[in-house]
Amino acid sequence: MELHIENLCKAFDGRLVLEHVTFTAGTGVTCVMAPSGAGKTTLLHILLGLERPDSGNFTGNVRWAAVFQEDRLLEHLDAMGNLRFVLGAALDEPAAGALLTELGLGDTAGKPVREFSGGMKRRLALARALLAPSDALALDEPFTGLDEENRARCLALLRRAGEEKPVLLVTHDPADAQALDAAVVKL
Amino acid sequence: MKKTAAQNSIRPWAVLFWLLVWQGASMVFSALWPNGHLLLASPISAALRLGELAFTAAFWRAVGGSIAHIFGGFLAGCALAVALAALSARWRLVRELLYPLTAAVKAVPVVSFIILALVWLDSRSLPLFISALMVFPPVYLNVLAGIAAADGKLLEMARVFRVPLGRRLAGIYLPAVLPYFRSAVSLALGLCWKAGAAAEVIGLPSGTIGERLYTAKVYFQTPDLFAWTAVIVAVSVLFEKLFLALVDALAGKAGL
Repeated sequence: MELHIENLCKAFDGRLVLEHVTFTAGTGVTCVMAPSGAGKTTLLHILLGLERPDSGNFTGNVRWAAVFQEDRLLEHLDAMGNLRFVLGAALDEPAAGALLTELGLGDTAGKPVREFSGGMKRRLALARALLAPSDALALDEPFTGLDEENRARCLALLRRAGEEKPVLLVTHDPADAQALDAAVVKL
Repeated sequence: MKKTAAQNSIRPWAVLFWLLVWQGASMVFSALWPNGHLLLASPISAALRLGELAFTAAFWRAVGGSIAHIFGGFLAGCALAVALAALSARWRLVRELLYPLTAAVKAVPVVSFIILALVWLDSRSLPLFISALMVFPPVYLNVLAGIAAADGKLLEMARVFRVPLGRRLAGIYLPAVLPYFRSAVSLALGLCWKAGAAAEVIGLPSGTIGERLYTAKVYFQTPDLFAWTAVIVAVSVLFEKLFLALVDALAGKAGL
């Protein structure tokens, strides 16, 4: 599948945040890079249907899975409970367990997310996005708070996900784009 | 969920102190007037009378009858309040429509409702209706506040991942609403037993605590009056504890 974004504009209180943003993202990882406050999160929110653009067009009717800027997890549930919340009966528990183990969350059964560290929450948010059925992934700085080892694990998983569908990755770090051999869109 | 300091503040020594004051006052009344014990029965005579009543079938019929009316009204009021709070949260029109109604129920003295309702309803339905009416405003307003307190960012997440409504209710709304519902229920149960008993005393449905309370008053049986009052307090406290334990068990099961 291909995502087409054409002339997307968005202003807040008269301040133009997105100005004629145009790009196409096919299967693979596309890194969206820009300085802070340049509208990266706004762009993802528009694509996810959480904001309306002032003008412009983009591919609609896409089933998205996302990692948001905040973790947005159900704090009273454990890791598997959070995955079950999103996937319901479609959750493949052995596959989910294997992914959680790969992300270093294999020994967290029964532990509510409120007791997780920031890095653990981030990895769980990524696991949720990877496991949810989707046409495309939107990831807003998913590596925040991760150490080098976990960052490398997550990069490997994203590379795999990018083989099947478009992955839009908002990041500050050019090294992420290099490591993923990703296309780069600068806002 | 933890209890507040105020809920834990009843100390046995303080209860004993006031029982002694009551006993002393009853003895003074008895000493000053020939039938002083009728004006203020002692706690001992009330307890003895309660013991006698507890061994009669009529006592348990009256307790059962009142529980059926008042707790039935409580459950009906709760169900209606939760359903209308959900509709109000979804549609502003419903919220605006119900606002004067809840304000009126809160402001109008309960006895006015009892007398008015007695014109329309039979005496059996009266305590049920009055209990439901007393429960409605606190439960409705608190549940509405709980729904409004649900995390908007989690709701956005659920929208993006296309999580169905049932799972959204269980995962996002229920944890947000439950603490509000709990505090509303704690308040409402006390209110509905007081108002329900008052409705029984005025409406006099047969085989209820209210009817027995009225009979005790008519025949100047003050030990019975205190015994039945103690029964109302005990049943009210028991139902509050049981219902809150049920809510807490539900919260525990949901991992809250």
